[in-house]
Amino acid sequence: MTVDMVTQHLFMVFVSVLFTIAVGVPLGICAYFYPKARRVILLVVEVLQTVPALALLGIIMIIFGAGKVTVITGLLLYSLLPVVQNTYVGLSEVDPAIKEVSRGMGMTRIYSLIHVELPIAVPLIFTGIRIATVTAVGIAVFGAFVGGGGLGSIIYKGIHVQNMSLILSGTMTLMAMAIIFDVVMTLIERYLKRRFSPQ
Amino acid sequence: MGNFFSLYGDRLVTAIWTHFLYVIVSVAIALVIALIFGALLSRRPGWATVILPFISVFQTIPGIVFIGVLFLILGIKPVTVIIALSIYAIFPILKNTYVGLVEVQEQYKEAARGCGMSSIQILFRVEFPLALPSIMSGLRMSTVYTVSWAVLAAMIGLGGLGDFIYSGVSSNNNTLIIAGAIPAAIMAVGFSWLIDGVRKLLIPKQIRRDVK
Repeated sequence: MTVDMVTQHLFMVFVSVLFTIAVGVPLGICAYFYPKARRVILLVVEVLQTVPALALLGIIMIIFGAGKVTVITGLLLYSLLPVVQNTYVGLSEVDPAIKEVSRGMGMTRIYSLIHVELPIAVPLIFTGIRIATVTAVGIAVFGAFVGGGGLGSIIYKGIHVQNMSLILSGTMTLMAMAIIFDVVMTLIERYLKRRFSPQ
Repeated sequence: MGNFFSLYGDRLVTAIWTHFLYVIVSVAIALVIALIFGALLSRRPGWATVILPFISVFQTIPGIVFIGVLFLILGIKPVTVIIALSIYAIFPILKNTYVGLVEVQEQYKEAARGCGMSSIQILFRVEFPLALPSIMSGLRMSTVYTVSWAVLAAMIGLGGLGDFIYSGVSSNNNTLIIAGAIPAAIMAVGFSWLIDGVRKLLIPKQIRRDVK
């Protein structure tokens, strides 16, 4: 196992999570603003997550070929659900009284969204991002399969040459990565909850 | 297209069937184990505070590692796949069974006790029905995961739809990838919708409106 594999793995996870946020949060806002679009958006992201990861990566590979782009696109599609759903739920759970007050102060819909509703929804949106990140760490293992490298390659190699210590070293690193992400992001989440709670 | 089916039709049907069997058998085994342990665990919530975090750490192990390690220990047999998939499928059901049972309000159990039910009767007639929505969503999660992980069975050469995806990817044959990926996707979505439907039917009418 090399440091290179770990950085590759982290790179794929980071880039895909950034893209997931860039795509997922606006989609969640759309679902919140337009009830008609809501059902379609939520259905599509749910179906996307239901599709087996390897099947999804295989189909994307037909379009983008083998490599990191395929893995990152796959991770992006796969992690959309928690981010979109939490953005939508976070926004729609904002106390109606608060929304009314902001409207009463003469804020436009967009202004109120940016300055009132989104800040209140931030902790829940971040929970979605945390779930997406931890899932992405696990799914990125399949990256090796479509030529993206990362920790998956050492696990695959271990299985092919039937070497238990190779498999274990890959797995332990992977688990440590997932747990560290989870713990650190849970701490940030707690901070955000205190910082952004309306009380 | 017609050409494809005359070439691979039989193999595809066998693969879908194998995949389906892997999922059904593993999830059935997991369901039984998870229900028993979930019920036991709900009697000892103290243990759950230790066991549940342990389980969620365990769940971060990717399924591929599981199949890989068991393959080294047990060799290439369908049993290897079934065991790996079952172990994997236990956790979501177990967790949801436990949470569902623990969240049953004390007043219902008390009322049941007042009616003279024994603790076994309370478990089966009161707690399980009330925990059903939660158990079913655990079951759905497990099943969808299992369809996904069963693709990996092909990695150790044991058939299923993964066969098509693997050989398609390694020989750069897009038709094969599609032939494996589309049925796998449909199977996952189909199971998910089916279990959702059953969940709606199974939930007692009286509490249905509380559950979305």
